[in-house]
Amino acid sequence: MFTNFFLNLRDHGVPVSLREYLTLMEGMQAGIANHSLEDFYYLSRATLVKNESNLDKFDQVFGHCFKGLEAPEGQDLTSEIPEDWLRKMAEKFLSPEEMAKIEAMGDWDKLMETLKKRLEEQDSRHQGGSKWIGTAGTSPFGAYGYNPEGVRIGQKESRHRRAVKVWDKREFRNLDDNVELGTRNIKVALKRLRNFARQGAAEELDLDDTIRSTAKQGYLDIKMVPERHNAIKVLIFFDIGGSMDPHIKLCEELFSAARSEFKHMEYFYFHNCLYEGVWQDNSRRHQNRLSTYDILHKYPHDYKVIFVGDASMSPYEIVYPGGSVEHWNEESGEVWMKRVLDVYQSAIWLNPTKESHWDYTHSISLMRELMDDRMYPLTIGGMEQAMKELSRKK
Amino acid sequence: MKFTGTDTYVATPDLMIAVNAAVTLQRPLLIKGEPGTGKTVLAHEVARAMNKDLLEWHIKSTTKAQQGLYEYDAVSRLRDSQLGDEKVHDIKNYINKGKLWEAFTADESPILLIDEVDKADIEFPNDLLQELDRMEFNVYETGETIKAVNRPLVIITSNNEKDLPDAFLRRCFFHYIKFPDKETMIDIINVHFPDIQNILVREALNLFYDVRDVPGLKKKPSTSELLDWLKLLMVEDMPADVLKSRDPKKLIPPLHGALLKNEQDVHMLERLAFMNRRENR
Repeated sequence: MFTNFFLNLRDHGVPVSLREYLTLMEGMQAGIANHSLEDFYYLSRATLVKNESNLDKFDQVFGHCFKGLEAPEGQDLTSEIPEDWLRKMAEKFLSPEEMAKIEAMGDWDKLMETLKKRLEEQDSRHQGGSKWIGTAGTSPFGAYGYNPEGVRIGQKESRHRRAVKVWDKREFRNLDDNVELGTRNIKVALKRLRNFARQGAAEELDLDDTIRSTAKQGYLDIKMVPERHNAIKVLIFFDIGGSMDPHIKLCEELFSAARSEFKHMEYFYFHNCLYEGVWQDNSRRHQNRLSTYDILHKYPHDYKVIFVGDASMSPYEIVYPGGSVEHWNEESGEVWMKRVLDVYQSAIWLNPTKESHWDYTHSISLMRELMDDRMYPLTIGGMEQAMKELSRKK
Repeated sequence: MKFTGTDTYVATPDLMIAVNAAVTLQRPLLIKGEPGTGKTVLAHEVARAMNKDLLEWHIKSTTKAQQGLYEYDAVSRLRDSQLGDEKVHDIKNYINKGKLWEAFTADESPILLIDEVDKADIEFPNDLLQELDRMEFNVYETGETIKAVNRPLVIITSNNEKDLPDAFLRRCFFHYIKFPDKETMIDIINVHFPDIQNILVREALNLFYDVRDVPGLKKKPSTSELLDWLKLLMVEDMPADVLKSRDPKKLIPPLHGALLKNEQDVHMLERLAFMNRRENR
């Protein structure tokens, strides 16, 4: 029945299984969706989506698959909205004659179709101009505009209006795990980090369970449980200066929030690429340099290493001695990176630049090669993969 | 029977569909959402609306799936055997029923709330797969099979502290309670405090959403905190214009203790308000 929709969901990375699809069919048969598209949307969402990070993807696919299906029998939604919309526009600027004129030329469907296309193309705020949806423009779409044909978006919402095409609002956009880390989803990212920190603990004697099972078995039966505190030790290297600063602040917050979860965690800063010296206090970066050798010798090889940086620089800064923009380096960044990676088997690089842009910057590809492909975008999804990589037993 | 919210609980249409689907198809319903958006309360209200008994099983980090089925008290049996108690010959005396057992054998199908399932061990949901799916389990000690007479409606809440296993998710309906918008919030407030002045609500809500929008708060205030705060405002008989006046001396909202539960957040708000005042000057 909705096989196409189902397959489309799978194609777009919403993990739906046959079992859930059958449940949906069962629900349809039981008449829960009640033959209205909106109810069907809610029902299919409750059945097929099991994680809030997939809600946005689901909304998009749903909008795509059921485009043009709105307003089924008995509900004349399309006539309800333009009327409402016209009335409100009229309150604001128009004379009755003008209103009649708009009604005459208003090809509602076409207007909505274009609007949807714009919404798909546009995902940032916009002001002025004549094409995009935003404020104070002459485009037909947006708020406070001059085009009498305009559809007002986000200016005033009537609460009695039915929620038409809820899925097109894409309310769950910032729960998607491909978006960059922000204040909302930093919490989720933190949970990923914590999960990571809790693995790999030693075991201790569980006295209660030992007594219970000894009584049950009739012989001494020793039970062990994982120890409650964490054994994960981490070194974090931040690229600081220039374009990286806003991201670094975010990362520092993130990691210091997770700090108590780690047994041991140390921060270090570097600029663009790792060389013979790093520092721990950015305001005194030139006085208090630590030798990278000291770090390699001080922290044993079971530490996990996380680099955070955009890896966007001139390739010389990685490949050639003396390539650094700040000082004269005797050995190239490449050599230093290899040294660190030789000591610490578990290492990853988190990159705040969008993954789709990586191939266009030569230095990112270089660094990625150096890291054996262990470079992940700074998104919740990337974070998850990165933590999985770090917790793999070497 | 359809669930449409109650006189003390405002349910959005998507929530209603999710609940009704779970009732009709007799599958568990998994509820997620920010803390304080009414996940646990939902189970209470569904039970009230449908006039059914509610069995609550609160999960802790030490809870085992087996405890929901039954527990065999071997230690007291050992003690009884040493004291020569007659009870010791019947193993049934040492089997304590768990919440699932109670729910399965209840006369009328009850509602079973498994609260904060993510607090438990990561394998916990997996251990309950068959039991929730078939609604039956074996008691190995006595060899009997407990089967649900009437399938209970199972409502599971999660705070997203741990990921739940896929196999478990496949068997549930899922609903994410998103934070209510202003209009829904007014409905919610009206349900809880019918005699509150409109102006007070509006001013309080404006302030509340302003506070929620402050970037970087450790814990954003949620619905339950807003309701507490409003209750306090009413008890204190706070006039609406106190909330409205951006008095520079009163930098942060009155009775903020109900909204912000963290002293860093309070400091931050004070700092922001202070900076704001300097800009306005």
